[in-house]
Amino acid sequence: MRGRGQYVADVRLPGMQDVAFVRSPLAHARIRGISVPPELRDRVFIASDLDGVKPIRAVSGLAGFKPSEQPPLARDKVRQVGELVAMCVAPTRAEAEDIAALVELDLEELPAVYDMRRARDEKASLVHEEWGDNVFLETLVDVDIASAFDAPIKVSRTISTARQCMAPIEGRGVVVHLDRRLDQLTVTTSCQMPHIVRSGLSECLGIAEERIRVVSPDVGGGFGYKGILLAEEVCLGWLALRCGHPVRWIEDRREHLTANADCREHHYEITVYAERDGTIRGVDCEAIVDSGAYSAYPFSACLEAAQVASILPGPYDFPAYRCRTWSVATNKPPILPYRGVARTGVCFAMELALDAVAAEAGVTPEQVRLKNLVRPDQMPFDNITNKHFDSGDYPEALTRALRMIDVDGVRARQAAGEPDGRRIGFGLSIYCEQSAHGTSVYSGWGIPMVPGHEQAGARLTPDGGLELRIGAHSHGQSLETTLPQVANEILGIPTDRIRLVHGDTAMTPYSTGAWGSRMMVMTGGAVATACEELVERAMAIGAHLLQADVSDVRFEMGRVVGPNGDVALSEIARVWYRRPQDLPLGAHGGGLEVTAGYKPKRDSGTFSYAAHAVVVAVDSEIGSIEILDYVIVEDGGVLVNPMVVDGQILGGLAQGIGTALLEEMPYDQAGQPLASTLGDYLLPGAAEVPAPRIGHMETPSPYTRFGVKGIGEGGAIAPPAALANAVNDALRPLGVEMLVSPVTPDRIVAAVLAARSSTLQRRDAA
Amino acid sequence: MKAARFDLVRPRDLAEALDLLAAPAGVVKVMAGGQSLGPMLNLRLVEPDLIVDISAVPDLRRFEREGGTIVIGAGCTHADLEDGRAPDVGRDMLARVASGIAYRAVRNRGTVGGSLAHADPAADWPTALLALGAEIELASKVGRRRLPLGEFLTGALSTALAPGELIVAVRVAAASASAGFGYVKHARKVGEFAHALGAAVIDPEAGAGHAVVGALDRAPIVFEDAGVLFGGRVGPDARSFDRTVADAALKAAGVENEASRHVHVEILRRALVQAFERAPAPARAAA
Repeated sequence: MRGRGQYVADVRLPGMQDVAFVRSPLAHARIRGISVPPELRDRVFIASDLDGVKPIRAVSGLAGFKPSEQPPLARDKVRQVGELVAMCVAPTRAEAEDIAALVELDLEELPAVYDMRRARDEKASLVHEEWGDNVFLETLVDVDIASAFDAPIKVSRTISTARQCMAPIEGRGVVVHLDRRLDQLTVTTSCQMPHIVRSGLSECLGIAEERIRVVSPDVGGGFGYKGILLAEEVCLGWLALRCGHPVRWIEDRREHLTANADCREHHYEITVYAERDGTIRGVDCEAIVDSGAYSAYPFSACLEAAQVASILPGPYDFPAYRCRTWSVATNKPPILPYRGVARTGVCFAMELALDAVAAEAGVTPEQVRLKNLVRPDQMPFDNITNKHFDSGDYPEALTRALRMIDVDGVRARQAAGEPDGRRIGFGLSIYCEQSAHGTSVYSGWGIPMVPGHEQAGARLTPDGGLELRIGAHSHGQSLETTLPQVANEILGIPTDRIRLVHGDTAMTPYSTGAWGSRMMVMTGGAVATACEELVERAMAIGAHLLQADVSDVRFEMGRVVGPNGDVALSEIARVWYRRPQDLPLGAHGGGLEVTAGYKPKRDSGTFSYAAHAVVVAVDSEIGSIEILDYVIVEDGGVLVNPMVVDGQILGGLAQGIGTALLEEMPYDQAGQPLASTLGDYLLPGAAEVPAPRIGHMETPSPYTRFGVKGIGEGGAIAPPAALANAVNDALRPLGVEMLVSPVTPDRIVAAVLAARSSTLQRRDAA
Repeated sequence: MKAARFDLVRPRDLAEALDLLAAPAGVVKVMAGGQSLGPMLNLRLVEPDLIVDISAVPDLRRFEREGGTIVIGAGCTHADLEDGRAPDVGRDMLARVASGIAYRAVRNRGTVGGSLAHADPAADWPTALLALGAEIELASKVGRRRLPLGEFLTGALSTALAPGELIVAVRVAAASASAGFGYVKHARKVGEFAHALGAAVIDPEAGAGHAVVGALDRAPIVFEDAGVLFGGRVGPDARSFDRTVADAALKAAGVENEASRHVHVEILRRALVQAFERAPAPARAAA
């Protein structure tokens, strides 16, 4: 951290002006009028000004999906607090806000759909009237569930996860100017998927893609939020064309929290059928995802819920399954894919339910898991929803985690009791993370983005350095370190002579971008493929320089080695660029610059996984939780850079702790967000995140280059379940079970008091 | 969001500051460390015409001892107290409170006087200084006056500050040698505003003490005689703490939620236990 990063807000262009938006103060209302002071009419723009601008449409090909249309500036109706209504432009943001304060909205308030569990009620207000209901999509998977109904153990729970905000340190922001020389709209935006944003802008603005250049500079955290095309980006694209001078909008924290960056809100009614020893016979679930008002581009409003159905079984093998899901529309911001996407929610539901099964069966949580985890001898394994597990030893990960955390010691300490009266709890959770899933998976979703081959460019420079060009973006995951490692592995060029060029549609091959924990598998594979092609080109030149036949030379540690000598890659580069007279006749005209594409042998995704084990001390009287120990045993296939992987896990863990214990974006019955600053929306800080102990396993993927697997999101998936299970383990003797995230002191104390009063009532009755 | 336009003046002495406050043209806000006012300006919750920045007034930065009284200038920062640049009331009483306020960056700028003037019920100083029996010294062009802190704090975010008036100092009597100070803050994370605050000064030798419950939707509840929490008189330890008395006081103060009351009472109890434990050892040995 040297303060030398260059983020969108650091971009200064001559003549640039700032934009502030007038946003809807109401969750659901008809717009009767917008009044702009006449003297400000050339500074304020509303929907009717945006000629030719199309609404954002993120459809899904799944049967029954109802698309929404999100006008960049609201037209007839507003459907969430914070929806854009007018755009105000001024030399500074403060002045733009002064103007915004003078714009008056005449709104006719409509009842807000604020609770996803009631969104399907007959009398519910309609977010999109033309639909007739509030359901984006309903799905049903049923695999022989009836066969489980006679199981001796049946455990049902209602489990839910709060709506959250993603809260990267840097919010969104966009600077747009028209480059008159290239006749190109240059959009500098904090995003992780620049090529996708370009396609979206092109569709909404009606401008050909080649007339748009999207630049993403340093990005201060993405986590999924920065994969989304924002209405603000569309508005500023139009505005830059209209005004002729550069325009800028920098999201502030309040906009981020109240209007834009929501995620995670799931509700589960889950029943697990099991044998008396904890062997799962079947899982039956109804899940609702609060998708908010609009389908976000490009992932759509159904990604979460439809994924819930396919990934709820997690790393477990059982014979019967039913899952019905609803993606419902509400008067809240669109729910966006956040690190872990649906997995954090399903892991929470499944792992809490499994602990309930363990309690009911009278066995330990680890016994229930060991009974049901996919076994290594089953690999590769197709699970009940046809997810294809490529490799791994899940029971081993759990066993190692138990050993590392000394589960026997923890149980002994728990039984002995703490001198300060706090209660010790032990919690586990295990997940698997399908990552780098490709065409075969995404073509089925039918959303605006389907990943195909991933490409990378590799170019030797005349002095023997290497430039790598990738269309995805590094937004904090250290691709600047790891991709040069991959290139070094093939070419032997020292990593300090390898530059990564990324974050600019004008300079990089097309890519769907950084999402789905796919970069190391896909972009890493593409870099390797491009470098291997470079090796072939270099060998042809090198053999000539060595006066040897190509079949007699080999490539080793950055040199072409022949029978009678060797020549360095840098010399080959010098010859190609500076001394072409020394090249063989018929040398490949493509020279030492290659763009190559890559797909794994099978594109159904890699399956990384981890077992998390945690020990907490819970103060039942004030509800506080201290994390005493945290162990993670993960398997991400072959690790390119274990330190970077640890960093990913640590960051994910911090976010997982936020989900588990702190982060919540509550809404009232009018659909008003109740946490509008970081004083109300609590993020974990240094003091709340323990130093975990991480154990690595490396089971190569049989399908990917080098056997790598995607690991970017996993750290954020398991912590909420592990922590809630630990709290429940601590409080079970009091008759308390926490089934809602975040597990807050208020919720704990309320549950403890309720359990006490029901115990008293039972005593009175007896 | 960005603050609306305002004028800023930075007086160099107290007289100049009081002059500026005496004849305001429009809405005036005083800024010391700006740790609460800054965000409020940016959120446009306040849109003053003029901000009087008192951070350069030397009179407000003094701390001194006047006999048995510690006088802390209103512009003294939390970090001044945390680091021991200012004299403490007794051992580390003020330093302990100061070190738990928000984050170091906030403590470097935020001031005691600013915190009291803002009177956020969830802030530390109102509760802690009430327990320590502080007095507030106020100045205006008209003159000076002193108020017990309990009279100064009139409610959530509301005080007895008159127009044109400025807090110049907090006066706290040094604690008796046999007293212990207990201070317990309940928050969900380090640096957060408190959800419950308990403060107590207990002198087991004298069988006396007082206790405060803070972080309510109103000014803190003060038990001038902590004996009421122990069935009549302050005993040798906290074992006779009567939860029902504290609970009833919270109920009377309008805290409807049972779980909230439970936590407030528990935090108060822990502050009392701590006060007993921190009372100097000879007193406890005698008891």
